[in-house]
Amino acid sequence: MKQTILFPLLFSSILLFGCGKPRENGQHITITGSSTVAPIVADAARRYEESHPGVRIDVQTGGSSRGIADAMSGLADLGMISRALKDGESELTAHLIAMDGVCVIVHRDNRIENLTRKQLVDIYTGKISDWSEIGGAPGEIIVAGKAEGRATLEVFLDYTGLDSADIEADVLVGENQHAIKTVAGNANGIAYVSIGAAESESEGGTPIRLIRCDGVIPTTEAVAKGLFPMTRPLQVVTRGDLPDASKAFLSYLQTAAINDLIETHFYVPVAR
Amino acid sequence: MCRLRVDWLVRHVLGLLAVVAGGLVLVIVWYLFQGAKPALESGLPRRFFGDPEWQPGSVRDPQYGLVPMLAGSFLVTVFATALATPLGIAGAVFYQFYVPARVSRWNLRCMELLAGMPAVVLGFWGLMVVVPAISRLEPPGQSLLAAALVLALMILPIIALTSQAALSAVPLSHLQAAAGLGIGRAGMIWNIALPAAKGGIGSGVLLALARAIGETLVVVMLCGNIAQIPGSVFDPIRPVTSTIALEMGYATASHKALLYAGGLILVLVIGLLVGGLSFRRKPNHNTVH
Repeated sequence: MKQTILFPLLFSSILLFGCGKPRENGQHITITGSSTVAPIVADAARRYEESHPGVRIDVQTGGSSRGIADAMSGLADLGMISRALKDGESELTAHLIAMDGVCVIVHRDNRIENLTRKQLVDIYTGKISDWSEIGGAPGEIIVAGKAEGRATLEVFLDYTGLDSADIEADVLVGENQHAIKTVAGNANGIAYVSIGAAESESEGGTPIRLIRCDGVIPTTEAVAKGLFPMTRPLQVVTRGDLPDASKAFLSYLQTAAINDLIETHFYVPVAR
Repeated sequence: MCRLRVDWLVRHVLGLLAVVAGGLVLVIVWYLFQGAKPALESGLPRRFFGDPEWQPGSVRDPQYGLVPMLAGSFLVTVFATALATPLGIAGAVFYQFYVPARVSRWNLRCMELLAGMPAVVLGFWGLMVVVPAISRLEPPGQSLLAAALVLALMILPIIALTSQAALSAVPLSHLQAAAGLGIGRAGMIWNIALPAAKGGIGSGVLLALARAIGETLVVVMLCGNIAQIPGSVFDPIRPVTSTIALEMGYATASHKALLYAGGLILVLVIGLLVGGLSFRRKPNHNTVH
């Protein structure tokens, strides 16, 4: 009886231990950091690997803070961050890859055209609770907030100067699509999403409208020109001199060749 | 001799597969435990039950109250199962005893299709149809009710299919005997068929319950995700699974460990539930020695 169970156990453990990663020869680039930047870099890496046989690029997420830490310690060749470098991080050099813009959306039937920063703060903290208070048709505002850790939440908090605990949301949503569908299904809804996603959805007929923020019309062009207030840079950071392989991939990331990939993920390419 | 060899082989191959299947669960639990360890050691789980709110990202005053989310998981699961169980069993009885097999087969196919419906499709359907409908009654629409309704639809086929399988396994001779004694169809179903199929139906409900607690995608899309104890079915809730799905991809260090701890608690609850309920029944064990 004992033997019956021992053999399969042994065998399965051998199977499990066999799952290690084989080391490959050739050039290996490790990139870690922000999960906002990672999809772009991962797609670009796949494309780059196809045209550069022998180069293996490993992209891992773990937040901007990991990108900084790994680039500092040399654990990663390149670090990804979705914010500007801070004062204590001057050892690192930042390379701009793309921009992300966040805009406020309401239902298509909503009359509101523009929201000031103050109004936005008041709506999200519950001080303004009805659209009629700011010139819209009467109706209780359904505030859609973003779940903790969402990239757009950070941009929003940065812009409004709020703490995440201040926000009084009626519903919390995850990704952009979820926010867009929430507002599309609710005439009194309000949410904030990546501009690229909102643009393509409203052009595709989803009943949402992008509204002006402190008077600035939200478009990807406005983001590219740096006119829109709720934006942040998506960057790659490096420390000191890089090996040739990493340097070559970094310059590839800064060419227009990956603009289509940036747009697929609803971010904004920068002028090259 | 040769037959013994084949037996030996079959026995060990089956054993291997069985151990891998069962062992994987233990591997996953172990992994969860490892992930949760930093949080467990730092004493943060005490705050799970002490803090009133879930605000892990607040810079000013982070809070880690898990109770509203456990309540959310519990409520949505019980609500959905309470909706789906009578429907599933009633449907199974109807199609098994009141409808010719020709028609019943079609229902079976439909139920199988529903069982195979991808969660994301049901979730989007809920977001586009169910939520706006509820929102007209009582905004915001994304609520305990919306999540429970669609979740009920999701677990309905599990209950219906297992119930019908259990009912069709009731020996025909029992039913014939009942008919021979002059008991009507309703009496036969109530007194003979249902009691005989009780075990199978019970496992179906249990399976559905476990599925409902663990379901994530549909719930994330429909429940509103506000961590609170709801005052009515129209209020948003936030189950544990929803929190993990929303925050895991972005969480760092201690926040991540907390999410692992939340997952671990959920798995333990499911384990207790499944263990507690199924060990009370005596399973048939066929072993040939």
